[in-house]
Amino acid sequence: MDKKEKHITSYSLFAKVLVALLILTTISVLITEIHFGALSVAVALSVACVKVALVLVYFMHLKWENSFLRIMVAGVFLLFALVLVFTFIDYLLR
Amino acid sequence: MNTSTAHTDHYDPESSKIGMWLFLFTEMFLFGGLFLVYAVFRNKYSADFHHGAHELNAFIGTFNTVVLLISSMTVAMSITAIQKKNRKLAVNMIIITIVLALVFMLNKYFEWSYKFEYKLYPGSPVMMNLPQGEILFYGLYFMMTGLHALHVLIGIVLLVVNIFKIRSGKVHHERFSLLENSGLYWHLVDLIWIFLFPLLYLVT
Repeated sequence: MDKKEKHITSYSLFAKVLVALLILTTISVLITEIHFGALSVAVALSVACVKVALVLVYFMHLKWENSFLRIMVAGVFLLFALVLVFTFIDYLLR
Repeated sequence: MNTSTAHTDHYDPESSKIGMWLFLFTEMFLFGGLFLVYAVFRNKYSADFHHGAHELNAFIGTFNTVVLLISSMTVAMSITAIQKKNRKLAVNMIIITIVLALVFMLNKYFEWSYKFEYKLYPGSPVMMNLPQGEILFYGLYFMMTGLHALHVLIGIVLLVVNIFKIRSGKVHHERFSLLENSGLYWHLVDLIWIFLFPLLYLVT
């Protein structure tokens, strides 16, 4: 623990991240009002992914964690993406 | 606050954090499985899912999203406060988080009781007479938001424990692993809601 000093995130950075998250929420609400059809699913999910990334990197402190933890988290998301892709390959080719 | 005896017992924040993340991975896959079911059935019954999502109150959903996002920031700030030895601010930030969590739960209560009034709940005759896709949509809606709400309740309990531990001096600027890991849990609750919100309330 004492080999490197702990990073302390400033209050203002957290506040900025919250503002970004709220702006993204507004965007996703407004965009789905317009009804893009099939595209609105993609847009809503892309915005959600950006929001999740912000929460993971700043709120959950991953930006300042060692690469071991970061690779593990990235790996889990990749694994879920693979599960999703393989499920749909199976489902659509039945 | 008694720091002299704090280091005699075993305290390993790095390992605790990795352990917490491993637990969070299992949580991600618990909800991930439900997201998978949602994705497949949405594909199969897109018209019914479209109609179901349209029936949900997007305003309550948006309001709850904002509430959870703010609560995520306040719990993150409480960790900064404890690291800066500001115990009072840390406790206050946790209290704000708990209040926001209760606001979320209250909204959920109103949302669900509104549906119960229309006899819309899993297994009810009204729900069973809906088209197949809508039965699946509402089933997933109650299952996913219910499981998420259960996590909110667990998060509230964890945060209350943290307040007592900070007050008694067991959690302080050199030993805040419990608060840090509870914070991670709380952010996961937020993370899941970020995906639930557009899928259930917005994408119509």
